[in-house]
Amino acid sequence: MNPVSEFRQFALQQQTRRAFLGRASQGVGMLALASLIHPALLRAATAQAAAKKDKWTGVVNPPHFPRKVRRIIWLSMAGGPSHLETFDPKPKLAEMHGKPMPESMTKGKQLAQLQGKELLCYGPQLKFRKFGKSGAEICELFEHIGSVVDDICIIRSMTTEAINHDPAHMFMNTGSQIAGRPSMGAWVVYGLGSDAEELPGFVVLTSLGKGGQNQPIAARQWASAFLPSRFQGVHLRGKGDPVLYLGAPPGVTREQQHDVVKAVNAINSKYDAIVDDPEISTRIAQYEMAFQMQSSMPELIDTSKEPQHILDLYGGKPGDGSFASNCLLARRLAERGVRFIQLYHKDWDHHGGVKEGITLKAQEVDRACMALITDLKQRGMLEDTLIVWAGEFGRTPMSQGGDGRDHHNAGFSIWLCGGGIKPGLVYGATDELGYAAVEDPVDVHDLHATMLRLLGIEHTRLTVKFQGLDARLTNVSGRVIEGILA
Amino acid sequence: MCRNLGAVLCAPAIISAAVAATAAHKISYNRDIRPVLSDKCFFCHGPDQNKRKGKLRLDVREEAIAKLAIVPGKPDESKLIQRIFTTDTDDLMPPPESHKTLTPEQKQLFQLWIADGAEYQKHWAYVPPAKPSVPAGRNGIDFLVQKRLKEIGLQPSPEADRRTLARRLCFDLIGLPPKPDEVAAFQEDKSPEAYARLVENLLASPHYGERMAIGWLDVVRFADTIGYHSDNPRNIWPYRDYVIRSFNENKRFDQFTREQLAGDLLSNSGLEQKVGSAFNRLLLTTEEGGAQPKDYEARMLTDRVRAVGTVWLGQTIGCAQCHDHKFDPITSRDFYSLGAFFADIKEPIIGRREDGMLVPDEKQAAELAKLDSEITRLRKEYESPRPELVERWEKAALEAVAAETNWTRLAPEKMISEADVKFTVDEDRIISTEKDPKDGKDTYRITVKTNWNSVVGFRLEALSAEKLPGHGPGRAGDGNFILTEFSIEDADTNRIILSEAAATFEAAGFPASNTLDGQQEGKNGWAIKGVTGVEQAIYFTVKEPMVNEGESSVTFVIRQTGGGNQVLGRFRLAATTNPSAVRAPKTALPRPEIVELLKVAAKERTEDQKQKLAAYQRSAAPELIDERRRVADATKARTDFAAAVPHCLVSVAADEPRAVRILPRGNWMIESGEIMQPALPAYLTASARHMDNRRLSRLDLAEWIVSRENPLTARVFVNRLWKRFFGTGLSKVLDDFGMQGEPPVNPELLDWLACEFMDSGWDVKHLVRLLVTSHTYKQVSTASKEMQTRDPYNRELARQSRWRIEAELVRDNALSIAGLLVPKVGGPSVKPYQPDGYWENLNFPIRTYEADTGESQYRRGLYTWWQRSFLHPSMLAFDAPSREECTAERNRSNIPQQALVLLNDPTYIEAARAFAARILSEGGDDTTARITWAWRRALSRAPRADEMSTVRALLAKHLAEYRQDAPAAGALLKVGLSPAPKDIDPAELAAWTNVARVILNLHETITRS
Repeated sequence: MNPVSEFRQFALQQQTRRAFLGRASQGVGMLALASLIHPALLRAATAQAAAKKDKWTGVVNPPHFPRKVRRIIWLSMAGGPSHLETFDPKPKLAEMHGKPMPESMTKGKQLAQLQGKELLCYGPQLKFRKFGKSGAEICELFEHIGSVVDDICIIRSMTTEAINHDPAHMFMNTGSQIAGRPSMGAWVVYGLGSDAEELPGFVVLTSLGKGGQNQPIAARQWASAFLPSRFQGVHLRGKGDPVLYLGAPPGVTREQQHDVVKAVNAINSKYDAIVDDPEISTRIAQYEMAFQMQSSMPELIDTSKEPQHILDLYGGKPGDGSFASNCLLARRLAERGVRFIQLYHKDWDHHGGVKEGITLKAQEVDRACMALITDLKQRGMLEDTLIVWAGEFGRTPMSQGGDGRDHHNAGFSIWLCGGGIKPGLVYGATDELGYAAVEDPVDVHDLHATMLRLLGIEHTRLTVKFQGLDARLTNVSGRVIEGILA
Repeated sequence: MCRNLGAVLCAPAIISAAVAATAAHKISYNRDIRPVLSDKCFFCHGPDQNKRKGKLRLDVREEAIAKLAIVPGKPDESKLIQRIFTTDTDDLMPPPESHKTLTPEQKQLFQLWIADGAEYQKHWAYVPPAKPSVPAGRNGIDFLVQKRLKEIGLQPSPEADRRTLARRLCFDLIGLPPKPDEVAAFQEDKSPEAYARLVENLLASPHYGERMAIGWLDVVRFADTIGYHSDNPRNIWPYRDYVIRSFNENKRFDQFTREQLAGDLLSNSGLEQKVGSAFNRLLLTTEEGGAQPKDYEARMLTDRVRAVGTVWLGQTIGCAQCHDHKFDPITSRDFYSLGAFFADIKEPIIGRREDGMLVPDEKQAAELAKLDSEITRLRKEYESPRPELVERWEKAALEAVAAETNWTRLAPEKMISEADVKFTVDEDRIISTEKDPKDGKDTYRITVKTNWNSVVGFRLEALSAEKLPGHGPGRAGDGNFILTEFSIEDADTNRIILSEAAATFEAAGFPASNTLDGQQEGKNGWAIKGVTGVEQAIYFTVKEPMVNEGESSVTFVIRQTGGGNQVLGRFRLAATTNPSAVRAPKTALPRPEIVELLKVAAKERTEDQKQKLAAYQRSAAPELIDERRRVADATKARTDFAAAVPHCLVSVAADEPRAVRILPRGNWMIESGEIMQPALPAYLTASARHMDNRRLSRLDLAEWIVSRENPLTARVFVNRLWKRFFGTGLSKVLDDFGMQGEPPVNPELLDWLACEFMDSGWDVKHLVRLLVTSHTYKQVSTASKEMQTRDPYNRELARQSRWRIEAELVRDNALSIAGLLVPKVGGPSVKPYQPDGYWENLNFPIRTYEADTGESQYRRGLYTWWQRSFLHPSMLAFDAPSREECTAERNRSNIPQQALVLLNDPTYIEAARAFAARILSEGGDDTTARITWAWRRALSRAPRADEMSTVRALLAKHLAEYRQDAPAAGALLKVGLSPAPKDIDPAELAAWTNVARVILNLHETITRS
């Protein structure tokens, strides 16, 4: 679909919507009176209005390509995991331990905290071994991921432009290092809408690591920016109200809260009948949605009724706010039709103590990642879900402070799993010291383009006019990584 | 509705209007042709030479003709026409792979236009605005709007009723709802002047500036925090008050512009102008470890260029960071030479911002002046001539100089600090520490070789230094140290016995002898408090002269256990074989430059030399301890007072601007690009200004921005203002007046307003007055079916528009209705209630949000603490931007989060309860009267019958329920910091609180219509 006809279609949708509202709002107004006697009537009428009018079906409709997956679960390993202690074995680096890095590799390249410092090789600190039929070699501490390694595709040739946390997160999430671009979750929901009825289409969960290197994450990482606000990620919180301002005030029962909402909607309906403003029907629908969320959200996050073997599989305790619990929530969100689920697990910023740090991280994420894959698989959902496990960058083969590694963008590892992905594949490679991606390098735009392709979207055609440009997630580049597609 | 989607929505309407217009009018290149060329063709056939295909550019008429793309008058011979109509996909333009297509109407327009002669026009926004003539005595807006309405066959709407007008004016001009009596008075005032009078009253209100500031603060990206990574606070709020004040005082917009871009460079630059120049500091900065200065230098430059582009020029100049602009004639050179204007701003590229300039209010300024004059007075007293002291000191100092030949300075072999502080040694064997010890205490172990003979004494010089606090020699704030114990060990760790200690000066209670008394801990030692900032020395006599037997070494153990960094920062060790030298002179050997001055005969000393010497002598004089302390105390009092005075980051020009290079493809790692000088955008200036070959300054930029030569600024500002009063800009895309923007619906009107604005001397209130007193503004905001069909987005202005009020005003409105609002203008940003844990993802440092108490809890929304990475969620829900980027236009969304905020945010619960209390105490005695009173207060009208019955039913039900459940009522009434009145029945107040919640949640309550 080209932009013009796309916009045409959009305009048409709006006109239809308007025409519909012109009639519907009158109808709701009349119903409002009746609803004083039969509140259910109003509820039905407004819910109907909401369903018809407010259901966003996306601008990519029908899809550009056959759709391989319906949803994304993106596991953001915030802080920048070391590929050299996780998914990229480098025996040569062990041999070179303590010796200077070849200057030919590092000259003229970006450095973060190692600027102006002596650059010495730092051998891998943890043991690797082969797992599964595919024999992929990964750090032995990730044995649970190892047990499902034949389901995943490891990319060892990932690269990014940025080398500091904040810009690197922005780049990974929005395809731009400049603040003010929509995040990928917002793009996806804008493009496709969501299957979720009473939940937002884009949900974000965060968890802290125990190592204390919890880098800050800004809300802009899940912002909708110049896309409409309805596409922004909603942060599902571990403590307090799961969604901000979800709980009714103290001393107000659920029924009383409903009374207030009903009264507001009844008066608004009447007002709409007088002034004929489509915003009012939308407002009514949003109040219904908000009220429904007050019950659907607590039900969603209450994992205590999950069977014990499922809780054991993930390894978290209900309500502990851990990465494991968030993985379980991700599955529940996926079941409810949420389009884009993004988990942040922090504390991967190992400038020092990389050995102990990764050991701790493996305890926090290894089992849960396996559990998520296994659980989705046994429910038949893995085939139409894409899971991405990725940090915002990797870490240097050079040591920092004797026992750590600095930020690194020239080569690092990520993995993908799910529908449309070749399972059991190791794709691309870094050089023998793990410095730069040398075989099949992949950049962030490529990753985004590939994700969109799996969702049935041609990445160059999901655009919105912004400051005169056809702005898109992949900016002016991006090529689908054909080699990893099944 | 997102503006971009809105722009999209309008496109078909405009095109069909254009086609319709061609029946009666000549096709306009600017209106009908260029937007299509720009969107569909310029990407490959436009200004960017790197992307140009087939060497054809269509943005220049001559080139298009030369390539036969266009043959004026002959569409059939024009290749452009052939290629857009062909069915051969190899030849078709735009090529199918571009996913761009032309509509049949657009193709037809091209044919007609070429047949008509294919006249080009300069892009509308780059042509200086010309003022259309307007019949005398008519409001130009009404004349030009109605002229166009007549052309397209629409009728203007009638004037809205007085109640609507009062509410509209109040929301638009001061951002607060009118009080019921104000509405009533306006309704009853039959004088023809009533409307104008209300307008004048509102323009004169101090809240007018607050209302006007909201949009400006968005577009300049004002926020309380730095933005990147740790998103730490910075001192910047006085700039917000400057903006409010400027609008209130109706500062002329040209001056407003000059002050913000170059307030520090103005010839009459005072506090006000300097605070205005904080504009240049509003950008995002980082404190992230490992951030590269060159990277952020480039980010900051682009941030500033984008800001100028958005705020004043309505140009997407940011696009030219990596390449020449795809659609507009903006080159990379333009981009970087615009950036070079800001290369003089003094600032750290990475890391914590400085505190900034003091911005005292009148009272504080008076207090500062008083403290300053006290310092001056005490300093004068301290510095009054004392010839006898000078003479005595000079004599002693010369003796010290002469005695120096007796001393051998010791070169340290090994230096250890127990606190692990690093040492450095210079060529004069002076030892310095690099930082403060962790616990404020330290013991130094300095080992030296003993290639000497018959040593009878040692000396430890404590030396002053500029960089030490109080100029040293110690590291404590006042330059003091406490030498607890001094001992010497030989190579076999045997103690060398010291018999006596004497010092050049001893603070009371801290004699030199303390260093040998065996007390190893605490504050017991030698100290020099009161005579710091100069050289001091302590002398130790060895009990038995040391006879050297071959090469060995000794270690000096310097214990300093006083705490509070009372440790030596700079010192030197020496040894002597002359017993007479081990007696402490009255003064220590001064620092070398003072020694040099002493050698100059008194009569031959220059004034400068005399003063330097006198200053040193005074500092070294124990006789002046009291005088010196008084000066120090007065200075400290000023520093303490100043710390509590507001500070603001401002622009300070460096003597040497940073070099700005063109960065190829925007890549900061390529440092081979040409160095750029500040220059105005070439495409907007007939001839770039060369000011006697001097470097152009930010002030030159500002002067050009507000000059008549610049076709953009007035249009851009007027267009943004139009949006504020009519809901949509005359050109809908507020931040892009380039080819990809939207040509104004009514170009004559935009130009008339821009010219009128400039003609008035950039008088903002004049412009606002013009807008709000027009009939166009006063029309009803309801639309007939015909209008809904013909002009669904009200671009033609045959009526007013209606919209949900801005985030800040949603809050202000509720607090105002409740009577909780504290209408104070200005001051530090405030922290309304916020859900716990909302800042959990902030770090470095981890922060806990502490909601304000007292009146700060009830301030207007625009004073809310603006945390860029986590903007207050209530503000965010109603589309307040994070202000990480310049935002010319806010989204206007309608999402469930808004319902959640109004239903459940404690701010609105408390407001509802306070409102309920007022309804009960002021609204009369019966329910009908009370509901009516409430409606008048919140909505400036009486309730309808359906509203009355809905609310009565709710009230009755909830009252019964709360009567049964006292704890529930109590819990609801406890929300918020302000106490509920005790003399009202809790059940009744709780039930009415829910009634008030209904009112505060109504769509009409948060709508300006």
